[in-house]
Amino acid sequence: MTAIPAPTRVPAPRKGAGDHVANSSRRRSSPWVYIALTGGLVLMIGPFLWMVLGSLKPEADFLRTPPTFLPSTITTDNYGRLFDQLDFPRYFFNSAVIAFAVTAGTILFCPMLGYALAKLRWHGKGLIMGLVLATLMVPAGITLIPNFILMSNLGLVNTYPGLILPFLVGPFGVFLMRQFMYGVPNELLEAARMDGANEFRVFWSVVMPIATPVLATLAILTFLGSWNSFLYPFVMAQEPQMYTLPVALATFATGQYQADHGMLMAGSVLIVVPVLIVFVLFQRWITEGIATTGLKG
Amino acid sequence: MTVPALARRTSAEAAPAASAGRRWRWRDDLTGWAFAAPFVILFLVFLAFPIVVSFILSFTSFGLRDLQNPVGATFVGLQNYVDLLSDPKFWASLLNTVYFVVVGVPITLALGLLIANALNRGITRFRTVFRVGYYLPVITSIVAIAVVWRFLLNPDVGLINMLLASLGIKGPAWLADPALAMPSIIAMAVWRNLGFAMIVFLAGLQAIPASLYEAASIDGAGRGQSFRYVTLPMLRPTILFMTVITTIGYLQLFEEPFVMTGGGPLDRTLSVTMYMYQQGFTFFHQGYASAVAYVLFVIVAIVAFLQFKFLRSDA
Repeated sequence: MTAIPAPTRVPAPRKGAGDHVANSSRRRSSPWVYIALTGGLVLMIGPFLWMVLGSLKPEADFLRTPPTFLPSTITTDNYGRLFDQLDFPRYFFNSAVIAFAVTAGTILFCPMLGYALAKLRWHGKGLIMGLVLATLMVPAGITLIPNFILMSNLGLVNTYPGLILPFLVGPFGVFLMRQFMYGVPNELLEAARMDGANEFRVFWSVVMPIATPVLATLAILTFLGSWNSFLYPFVMAQEPQMYTLPVALATFATGQYQADHGMLMAGSVLIVVPVLIVFVLFQRWITEGIATTGLKG
Repeated sequence: MTVPALARRTSAEAAPAASAGRRWRWRDDLTGWAFAAPFVILFLVFLAFPIVVSFILSFTSFGLRDLQNPVGATFVGLQNYVDLLSDPKFWASLLNTVYFVVVGVPITLALGLLIANALNRGITRFRTVFRVGYYLPVITSIVAIAVVWRFLLNPDVGLINMLLASLGIKGPAWLADPALAMPSIIAMAVWRNLGFAMIVFLAGLQAIPASLYEAASIDGAGRGQSFRYVTLPMLRPTILFMTVITTIGYLQLFEEPFVMTGGGPLDRTLSVTMYMYQQGFTFFHQGYASAVAYVLFVIVAIVAFLQFKFLRSDA
C-alpha cells in the first residue's frame, strides 16, 4: 500500500477525566491468547529472518532442492557484490540525502503553515485551508505524469531537486501541525508579543520548542515515507547514478539480476534494517503519533 | 468524514485568536502570507497545478513528441475515455484492483481488530513486544518486502513450499498460477498492513471506558457479547475511518505486482496504477495514461463518499 491520504485524526472517543482505560486487569488472561499471538508473531517476523539468512547464504544454497532455512556456511559475498559490481553505496547515499532534505523541509514548512492557519488572522486563510483539504484523498498517480512533464521542461529530471521538491507538500503534515497549534495557549503567545517579540520570533522561540514531540513524530514518519517511496523516484531517476535504494532494488529484481536471490536479499536488508533499527528505538513516538493522527509513514 | 465536511468543521473552529481585540491591519495579511508562502508555493506548483494539468492531459493525445512543447499537444475531446471503455486491458486491471480491495480490505481490518482486541483485553504482559512485532512490516519498503516475498513464494527454492514439502505437500507455483497470483499478493498485503489497522484500533479500544464493560458484565454479558454490544458500537467511527483509508490505499496497488509478477500471469495481477504507469512510461501515451489516472481518482472519490454515507446510516 502506498502512503495513505489520511484525514486529520482518528475519530476515536477521547480519554477524559473519570474514564478508566479498559484493560484486562480484571480478567484472567488465557494462555491460548498468548499462544495464538506468539504464533502470529512468528509469521510476522519469519519473512525478515528469511531475508537476513538468505543474504548470508552462499550461491550453492540457492541451487539446492529442497532448500534449507539456515545457510550452509555464512558468507558476506552477497553484500560484497552490492558494493563492488553495483553501486549500492551511491544509492544508499541518494536515499539518505533525499530523505533528510524532505524531512528538513517538511518539519519547517508544515509547522509554519499550521501556525498561520491556527493562530494568525489573514485574508486567504480559508481558501488555502480548503485547497489543502481538497487534495487529501487524491491518489499519488494523478500528479505523476504532469510532474514528470514539468520536471522535464525545468531540466530537473535526474536531479536532487527533482526528487525532493514534490515531497515537501504533503497535506498531512499541515494537518498534524495545525491540530497541534490549536492546543498552544494564546496567553503564551500574547506574553511573548508583549515582550516585543515579532511573529517570527514568537514562532521560532516559543512555539517550535514546545512542538518538539509532535515534530519528532512528523520527522520520523516523513523520513520513513521518503526512504520507502518508489513510483515517483522510479520515474524521475532514470540515470543509475540518481537511483534510490528501492529504485535500484526494483530495477535489478525485475531485470538482469532477478535470479540472484542472495544479492537481492542483501539489497533488501540494506533498505529494511536501518528502518527497523530506527523504529525499535523510537517506536513509542511512531505508534502513538500514528494512533492519534492516522498519519502513516 | 468527507472532505467538504472536514472543511466546514475546520473553518468553523478556526476562530482568529491571535489578534483578538486588535484591528485588522495589512501587516496581519503580510505576516500570515509570509508564514504560508513556502508551503503554498510548492503546493501550488507540484500538487494543485499538476492535478489540473492531469485533467487537461486526459483530453489530449499527449505523447513523447509533445514533451518539449507541452502546450502544443492535440486535443482529442473524450476520445481517451471512449477508448478506455473498449480496452480489455483496462477492464482487466480494474477488475483485478477491485478483487484486491474487496478481498484484501476486510481480511486486513478483521485481523487488525482481532489482534488489537487480544492485546487490549486478552493479555496483561508483553504487550509492547507484540505491538512492535506486528507493526514492523508497516514501516518497511514495499519494494524490499515484495522482493523477499517473491523469494518466499518461489516454487523451487522458497520457504513456503519447503515447509509444505516437509508436510508431504507439493506446493504450487504461487505467482505463476493465474488463479493463485492475486491471492498471494493479497496475503502479502495483509501481512504488511494489518499492523497499521491494529495500532489504530488499539487506540480506539483503549478509549472505551472500562465502566461500559463492567456494566455489560453485571448484566451477564460474556466475552463475545461484550465485543458485539460494547466494543463494536463504540469503535464504529474508527472502523469507518480505517475502512476508508485502507480502501483508498489498496485501490492504488502498484509496487507488489510490479515487483512480484510484472502484472502477469495473463494480466491477472495488472492493477490500474500499473496500467497507468505502462501507458505513460513504457508506451509514452501520456494523455491516455492521464485518463486512466482520472478514472482511478473518480473511483477513489466515489468510494470515500459512499462508504461514509453507507456506514454512517446503517446504525
